[in-house]
Amino acid sequence: MSDMAIRPEVVREISGADEFGIVEKEFSTFERLYNLGWVRKTGLLILLALLWEGYARHLDNPLLVPTLTDTFRAWREGMESGVLPERILASLQVLAIGFTTGVVLAGILTVLAITTRIGTDFLESMTAMLNPLPAIALLPLALIWFGLGLGSLVFVLVHSVLWAVALNTHAGFRGVSNTLRMVGRNYGLSGLGLVFKILIPAAFPSILSGLKIGWAFAWRTLIAAELVFGVASGKGGLGWYIFESKNQLDIPEVFAGLLTIIMIGLLVENVIFRTIENRTVRRWGMQT
Amino acid sequence: MPGKTEPPPLLDVRGVTLRYKTRDHLITATYRVDFSIRQSDRFILLGPSGCGKSTLLKAVGGYMAPTEGEITLKGKRITRPGPDRMMVFQEFDQLLPWKTVRQNVVFALETSGKQKGRAADEQAMRYIEKVHLTRFADAYPHTLSGGMKQRVAIARGMAMEPDILLMDEPFAALDALTRRRMQDELLGLWEETRFTVLFVTHSIPEAVKIGNRILLMTPHPGQVKAELNSLDPSAHPGEVAMLEQRIHDMLFADRVEEEAHV
Repeated sequence: MSDMAIRPEVVREISGADEFGIVEKEFSTFERLYNLGWVRKTGLLILLALLWEGYARHLDNPLLVPTLTDTFRAWREGMESGVLPERILASLQVLAIGFTTGVVLAGILTVLAITTRIGTDFLESMTAMLNPLPAIALLPLALIWFGLGLGSLVFVLVHSVLWAVALNTHAGFRGVSNTLRMVGRNYGLSGLGLVFKILIPAAFPSILSGLKIGWAFAWRTLIAAELVFGVASGKGGLGWYIFESKNQLDIPEVFAGLLTIIMIGLLVENVIFRTIENRTVRRWGMQT
Repeated sequence: MPGKTEPPPLLDVRGVTLRYKTRDHLITATYRVDFSIRQSDRFILLGPSGCGKSTLLKAVGGYMAPTEGEITLKGKRITRPGPDRMMVFQEFDQLLPWKTVRQNVVFALETSGKQKGRAADEQAMRYIEKVHLTRFADAYPHTLSGGMKQRVAIARGMAMEPDILLMDEPFAALDALTRRRMQDELLGLWEETRFTVLFVTHSIPEAVKIGNRILLMTPHPGQVKAELNSLDPSAHPGEVAMLEQRIHDMLFADRVEEEAHV
């Protein structure tokens, strides 16, 4: 059809900003506060704390549910008397030994896995078999092998950390783009140089999430193991503290122990790991 | 370059056959390819996808060994990757995301042992300035646009002052306007430093614009169809169009043949 009418062209002036009603409007104070994640979460926590306090007072049975104030008092007394700090330190020491050993072993296994094919097979079969096995299930065996003490605790900790970290690190290494590997080889890197200068930083998001999972596993395993056989080389940890307090029917102290475990968990997750994340993977734009 | 005697080639590719394995096939990517590159050449490998041009570039980079024939750089056989042949890839993720623009270039210089410390830093900044990214020297790659990332990769390649720069469709993933500007910038940089570059592309206009010598390849397996001289950048648009048409016809002739086979 050639009889289409020719339409006129349109060129418009763009109107200035002052002609619009709203270009930018500030939120009210409430809206701004409500938009902050931590404000909303703190609000929720306060609400839960009030519910707890109200229910405990209503129940009036400190053997079942102590009040929040009693719990906090027990916690403060524990901290001031030096019992709680000692228990925390004992737990953290064992944790540090077990966690570090686990991570180092995971590192060795994954480097073997990416450099040799048989290493890959070994890591894959071992993680497939042992990762689903709860560390605490090995505790009876550990007690026979290593006796009642540090050795057993470290053994179950290593087991809880090793496979999670190895699995994530290995997945991270395999996920490194071929282009980055080629860039590294272009600079003349190979073998361990390539692993340390290219693969580890490139796989860092996966490695970090592996470390986080490993830490969470290790922390839970440790407390559980301490509950089972408490005293390691004469020094009990937090699990032992809870166990002991329960035996003395000092329930506020049991709650204080639980509270401490939660607080340490939150602290490591939100302060230590968050700081590492902000300084590395977030800054590099590898994780949003 | 004056002088009556032919200068020895910088890079010599003689009878190179490249084969690689996929899961259940052995694929011949190129079959007995010959060409040679001289100092300050802007040498283009041009052809449709599947003609083995990228594989050939990888072989020159030292990432794979020819099954037949040999590749020599300055008379020395290429056996593995090295900083005398810097690669610029098509992918935007070729920069190390955990390093800033400046650190990326410095890291290349230091890791390869070309330069250390302050000298490396100065060299890096000199080349970052050449690609107009001085303002972004301390930015992390994820904050840059695609074109800027490619400019960093080019700066990194050039800062290493390699014998030859290998570029694997470096502008293919850019939008048309940016691609054009990058081509102009690359030519500008060449005018300044006269580096030697081996450039892979599947775009005929890009080949004609950037190259001074064009190797035309046909697919399945990759073979040399022709080696042509390109035109001076100041050439008349009509001449450019004619050369592009000529190249197009050569590639198109193959396509007809190929379809007749099927």
